[in-house]
Amino acid sequence: MAYIPIADQTDEMHDPQSFITKYIWSQDHKVIAIQYGGIAILVGLLALVLSVLMRLQLGFPDTFAFIDPADYYQYVTMHGMIMVVYLLTALFLGGFGNYLIPLQIGARDMVFPFLNMLSVWVYLLSVIILIASFFITGGPAGSGWTLYPPQAITEGTPGSDGGIILMLASLAVFIVAFTMGGLNYVTTVLQARTRGMTMMRMPLSVWGIFVATILGLFAFPALFVSAVMMFFDKMLGTSFFMPAMVSLGETLEHTGGSPVLFQHLFWFFGHPEVYIVALPAFGLVSDILSCHARKNIFGYRMMVWAIIAIGGLSFIVWAHHMYVSGMNPYFGFFFAFTTLIIAVPTAIKVYNWVLTLWEGNIRLTVPMLFACGFIFTFIHGGLTGIFLGNVTVDLPLSDTYFVIAHFHMVMGVSPVLVLFAALYHWYPKVTGKMFNVTLGKIHFWATFFGTYAIYLPMHYLGIMGLPRRYYTMGTTDFLPDSAQTLNANITLAAIWVALFQLIFVYNMITSLWKGKKADPNPWEATSLEWQTPDNPPCHGNWGAELPTVHRWAYEYSVPGVKADFVPQNMPAEDVETIDGTPYKGHDG
Amino acid sequence: MSFLKSIFDKPWDYQGEDPGLTGTEIAEGLHPKRIALRMFLAVVFVVFMLFIVAYYIRMDLEDWRPMPEPTLLWINTLLLFFCSIVMQWTRGAARLSEQNKVKWGMVVAGAFTMAFIYGQVSAWEELNNAGYFLASNPANSFFYLLTGLHGLHILGGLWVWTRSTFKVWSGTEVKAIRLSVELCAAYWHFLLLVWLVLFALLSYT
Repeated sequence: MAYIPIADQTDEMHDPQSFITKYIWSQDHKVIAIQYGGIAILVGLLALVLSVLMRLQLGFPDTFAFIDPADYYQYVTMHGMIMVVYLLTALFLGGFGNYLIPLQIGARDMVFPFLNMLSVWVYLLSVIILIASFFITGGPAGSGWTLYPPQAITEGTPGSDGGIILMLASLAVFIVAFTMGGLNYVTTVLQARTRGMTMMRMPLSVWGIFVATILGLFAFPALFVSAVMMFFDKMLGTSFFMPAMVSLGETLEHTGGSPVLFQHLFWFFGHPEVYIVALPAFGLVSDILSCHARKNIFGYRMMVWAIIAIGGLSFIVWAHHMYVSGMNPYFGFFFAFTTLIIAVPTAIKVYNWVLTLWEGNIRLTVPMLFACGFIFTFIHGGLTGIFLGNVTVDLPLSDTYFVIAHFHMVMGVSPVLVLFAALYHWYPKVTGKMFNVTLGKIHFWATFFGTYAIYLPMHYLGIMGLPRRYYTMGTTDFLPDSAQTLNANITLAAIWVALFQLIFVYNMITSLWKGKKADPNPWEATSLEWQTPDNPPCHGNWGAELPTVHRWAYEYSVPGVKADFVPQNMPAEDVETIDGTPYKGHDG
Repeated sequence: MSFLKSIFDKPWDYQGEDPGLTGTEIAEGLHPKRIALRMFLAVVFVVFMLFIVAYYIRMDLEDWRPMPEPTLLWINTLLLFFCSIVMQWTRGAARLSEQNKVKWGMVVAGAFTMAFIYGQVSAWEELNNAGYFLASNPANSFFYLLTGLHGLHILGGLWVWTRSTFKVWSGTEVKAIRLSVELCAAYWHFLLLVWLVLFALLSYT
């Protein structure tokens, strides 16, 4: 069969005709990526405000009359769910996945553009349903982001009427949106790669997004299943999860359901979800580190295998979230074992990032600062994960601030730093304008030190025994007054960090007008998206002819070559060498 | 397997345009829609598998009272079986571009499918009238939930079926809808398999 890339086949190109088809009902992956990203960042800012409100209450209890206990739990729940699902998942896969997959593998668009458009609008619908719960009687769900029954749907929990129903509905709709997008990403990576783009020549960004999408496709069904069954319990009086209970003096009609069954289902989704967020971050940060260190990524094959291994292992560690749930202790032993095994591929990745920097020609640009910051925060969060992965250590720490500190370092701050790195790194490509570098650096240092000021003290508070989930501590014997002083300081740091995010928003928006025109390849990167004929790339990405790929994406600082990088699509005969001999690559 | 082989490539070793397998070659002869359908069916498989796991875990708790399955379900199973056979026959006709056979094949398959849905709803009614309500026992809840979810997937398939049938009756060449007919057939076979598993599960527990 003659080789015809999907994008060159004679199907219609769905060219945008008017303003509406170009920017609103667009089927162009780049516009869809921006729509995904814009919605995710907006809803993420809302979650940021919620976290500041939470911290105000914790740092200065009895000061803010407008935050009552119900409000506090609703802030906690919505903050968690929005950040994990509606911001991180949507921005990494819907935003960066959509933007980078076709551009980095040399395709004109996703293989199913219409489905792609549907995906973003269904995602918007899920966000609207979620936000709507703020405006109904009783307010949004307030059961914690894990939505554990029986309390999530029992009277007395904030938002146990309308709030939880809208939450479950919104999640179900989100899963539909994600599945439409996910089928697209996987098929595009498998089917639409351009000439010469083998799987092992793909940039690690694509690998991370690809494997994370597969995880998502198989993990979100567990959330869907648990949401459907909980919806039945709430609305139709079934007893899948609901045990026999006496609530507010009344015997409920439920009998014999199993709340632990919900926990198993939820975490069978919940743990892979951690890696749905982390794997794209791993991929993006690998590319950013390699590019700004002017060095090929250390151990490319190991990096790919580690991504695949982590993806596989992430499905057999879920019950380490449930050591205190009362499940069989032998289970705990098994899950501690698998959990610690996952540290091996993860550590390989961390070593490889550090070794990529080793003897590199490091350019401390804004994206590079954020990428290096990620290595720090990820190592810290990862190390406390080894503590919590062990059953005996987890039991006393499980309900304390230690856990808050751990997961915010490893899956809050770390992925967010990568998001910032990636947003700064690809901003010139997406917009064609350069951001303000000084503001970017201020943003980095304030965020990096600020987040440490928030989460480092929480480890001490946790070991001291400060319980999490409490609205207010009151007076306890085992906590010294200094614990509250520390808490107040954490709140100040949180406000500080939140305020400095406004600099980022300001920088991104004003640079659209005031930023100077960006060079098509400002970071001198090798991957395909920087070699587009137009900047930003126009509809169809590549003009008349698709690029042909001649090598992997990490050809930096090749000995004997004049420029310190060789783009993926540059034929060997066009590469200028110092002594004029033909270019043969690293080994040649 | 080519995927396994491809991840042992050493990309830094070679230069040049065409060192090995590319996307289209790995998936030779596979239309993107086929890959997407396979992925989607895998996702649906996971959904049902998780429900079945939940079923087994819930079944072990003491308040579980097994419920009798109406005999009607055997007839419904037969109907769904016929659907699959007719779909397969239509698929063969579509390969040979036999417009008329495809037209009628699609209609007959659709009719069997709708009869299946009608049969399932009747089974629900029968159970409901006999006092086996959704919330009265977890076994009942699972019965309604699993059959309902399976029915919804069939209805989703009918949407694609409607589009293809409409097209072939309004004169579109078979060539243009051959792929949708083939994908419909695959989808129907899959749902028949899911149903057989569910039916066995519901009958034997």
